[in-house]
Amino acid sequence: MEIEELQPILEAIIYAADDPVRPEQLKEVFPDESYDKIETALQKLVEEFNGRSGGMWIREIAGGFRMTTRPEHHEHVRAYLKTKPGAKLSMAALETLAVIAYKQPVTLAEILAIRGKKSTTALHTLLEKKLVVIMGRKQVVGRPILYGTSKEFLVHFGLKDLTELPTLEEFAQMAGEIS
Amino acid sequence: MDVTDNPQPDDSAPGSPSMMIRLEGFEGPLDLLLHLIRSEEIDIWNIPIAHVTEQYLSYLHLMQDLNINLAGEWLVMAATLIYIKSRMLLPPDSPQENAQEEEEDPRKELVYQLLEHQKFRNAAQMLYTREEVENAVWNSPPQDILDHSKEVVAVSLFDLLQAFHEVVRRFEAMAGLEVDQEEVTIEQKLTEIRRLLLVHDSLVFSQLFEQIASKRHLIVTFLALLELVRLCEVSLRQRKPFEEIHIARRTSAGGAD
Repeated sequence: MEIEELQPILEAIIYAADDPVRPEQLKEVFPDESYDKIETALQKLVEEFNGRSGGMWIREIAGGFRMTTRPEHHEHVRAYLKTKPGAKLSMAALETLAVIAYKQPVTLAEILAIRGKKSTTALHTLLEKKLVVIMGRKQVVGRPILYGTSKEFLVHFGLKDLTELPTLEEFAQMAGEIS
Repeated sequence: MDVTDNPQPDDSAPGSPSMMIRLEGFEGPLDLLLHLIRSEEIDIWNIPIAHVTEQYLSYLHLMQDLNINLAGEWLVMAATLIYIKSRMLLPPDSPQENAQEEEEDPRKELVYQLLEHQKFRNAAQMLYTREEVENAVWNSPPQDILDHSKEVVAVSLFDLLQAFHEVVRRFEAMAGLEVDQEEVTIEQKLTEIRRLLLVHDSLVFSQLFEQIASKRHLIVTFLALLELVRLCEVSLRQRKPFEEIHIARRTSAGGAD
């Protein structure tokens, strides 16, 4: 199959998919096509689709490709759907999540040390929303539970993977500026 | 900062709304310290510990006046500040340790803790912004379309009548079993099916009629089912034509994401 033929099919799959579409999943659909060809077709698709600067775009989220509306149109889309912005996480939950995202796998005691306050409620919220998952137990006395971020975390914050997060050093520079 | 500038915070009306709002921002003691440092433009590497401790304690008193429940960590931080302050006042213990002690600023650990905390506050801010952007974005397609893409065929009225015909035929084959039962209304039947659908993900059409012992009851049940279809409360599906019909509750129209 030519790349030109492949491209619109990939577009259709990404539109119809529930979760971000990973290249491996596309390879299963096209077992006779090389991985390289699929990747090239994907790349071309994203370039052309996003290049036309329409109301939709294809983004890389959680290791896959997903079609969404562009955020700049949110006001009108929301006016049509008559929906209010969804419930956002509290500052305490976001802070706890930030600690987990950067220090994972991390125990509750370690989170407490960094935040300087108990984080049990925030952690429960994060577990409930499946943004945080249990990664195992630390091999120390008491074998405390280790927490880490989930795939849902990447989807929720529109991240391709964890490396897309700014490094802690960048935040350290910002922190140094408070003096 | 009227609160910090005020040497006697007790004067301010307890529970005044402006005070409450300001205090809400302080998640924990480290946040309060960072706020004090920022609002008084203090050099974080050279914190006037006596002054900051005093400010910190006045906030603590204020919170107590406002009946805010102070968690243990607030008092731990107060103790830490006082400890650092006292260590700075004391001369070094012994001349041998002198060389090391002089380099070890008692404030150092607290400063690192503050900087570390600030880093994660900035990171949390970043997550907040990202979440806001994601909240302004919709994925396609809506959930409903996905439901239809499952391997099922929708059921026509003809299929439904045929299935009901089967039920009646089976019933008549057991003729003689008919007993006069108490009257069942369509309303009662509607409630019953709705309740069943709350417990089960889906019901099998023929099973809905299995325990029924009067023809009238059969018809009422069937009418109730038709009513639920009309009200768009249930959807009827079968995997292949002429197979069992499954009754499922319709998921309410999905909103964003």
